[in-house]
Amino acid sequence: MKDDVILCFCEDLTRDEIREAIKKGATSFDELKRLIRCGMGACQGKTCEENIQREIMTITGRKREELPLPRQRPPSVGIYLEDAARGDDDEK
Amino acid sequence: MRQTDLAIIGAGPAGLAAALEASRAGARVILLERDDWLGGQLVKQTHQFFGSKNEFAGMRGVDIATHFSEQIEKDENIQVFTGATALGFYEDGVLTAACAGRMIKIKPRTLLVASGAMEKMIPFENNDLPGVYGAGAVQTLMNVYGVAPGKKVLMVGAGNIGLIVSYQLIQAGIEVEAIIEGASHVGGYWVHASKIRRMGVPILTNHTILKARGQEKVEGALITRIDENWQPVPGEEREVSVDTVCLAVGLSPLAELLWQAGCEMEFSPQLGGYVPIRDSNLETTEEGIYIAGDVAGIEEATSAILEGQLAGISAARKMDYRIEEEKVEEIKANLETLRAGPVGEHIRQGLANVER
Repeated sequence: MKDDVILCFCEDLTRDEIREAIKKGATSFDELKRLIRCGMGACQGKTCEENIQREIMTITGRKREELPLPRQRPPSVGIYLEDAARGDDDEK
Repeated sequence: MRQTDLAIIGAGPAGLAAALEASRAGARVILLERDDWLGGQLVKQTHQFFGSKNEFAGMRGVDIATHFSEQIEKDENIQVFTGATALGFYEDGVLTAACAGRMIKIKPRTLLVASGAMEKMIPFENNDLPGVYGAGAVQTLMNVYGVAPGKKVLMVGAGNIGLIVSYQLIQAGIEVEAIIEGASHVGGYWVHASKIRRMGVPILTNHTILKARGQEKVEGALITRIDENWQPVPGEEREVSVDTVCLAVGLSPLAELLWQAGCEMEFSPQLGGYVPIRDSNLETTEEGIYIAGDVAGIEEATSAILEGQLAGISAARKMDYRIEEEKVEEIKANLETLRAGPVGEHIRQGLANVER
């Protein structure tokens, strides 16, 4: 049965799309992210992470504590390039 | 580059309490807050707090926020940046934040991450329809912006947040059709649950939402009874007519900066997700990096205030500011009292696995 419940809201990814990618061999959040962009939108994975990990657990049989989070890098939220380029006041 | 003794990320109950405590010892503090005001989740908590007099029992959350903010504004040791989102923590100990169209850089001697938590989301059909909210979002809309989220609400989750937000919805003249809870029992305090029941709102345990109905927005929901394995019981499905589905299904610690900083993390179901390993003074495995509040483990505002005090005073001590050792012991004793008893059991279990 088709399952089009949205798990990753930012990138509009359904449970079926995520399951398909896991079955293709992307069995960590980071691998999934590289394949289908889950967790790469505005929320940076904060909304979808747990629900996507649960799909990985179901398919691979691994436990939650065995599953790493996606790698965290700065910046933690989106930022305008012009703001980054402007830098801080006291650098002038 | 801005220099300071202690940089604090987040001006919720933990961050505010920490700033005041560190400043009292003589430390210079930079306090970063993403919102345009101080107080974090306190600003929308219109209910009175429990607990002891020391921790503001009987005061409303919003008044506690004002009480702290007034002290912070007068405090010359504390520099506040509102509308400032922490972006990154780098290997050389530099913290960056986006603030008023620029990227500021801070080199603090010590860092306190008090970034709080994020609401969890559960998957169900049509959960992307307008009208599906997190309970915290509903509380923000109502109590901060004065906007009613809808006319008739299905609340999912009977923990304290689900119960309190339901009560506040009713206070705002909004109908709460029912509170459903997947577990076999109400997770929140009985005093909140009883109040809701007296107002005639059913609390359906062993129930979950299967789908939201509607085309452009929520027009109803399909709920069902579930068994002890969380599987729907056939024939126990039921339609409810609501325009809002409100999810109060838990919180996850917002720990991304701690991951960036290389802190050792541990998955703790009792504390809401991945949380940092810490010592009894709330210092993480990275020297000089402290934690307090929900990012250290999901609890509530009173424990966040106490943890903030502990982290603030510990950071000050780390930098050789003179502190009162009795104060440290007093805060720890207060925390222990707060977590005593059956309600604090899961917190005690969780902490036993992450405290070293």
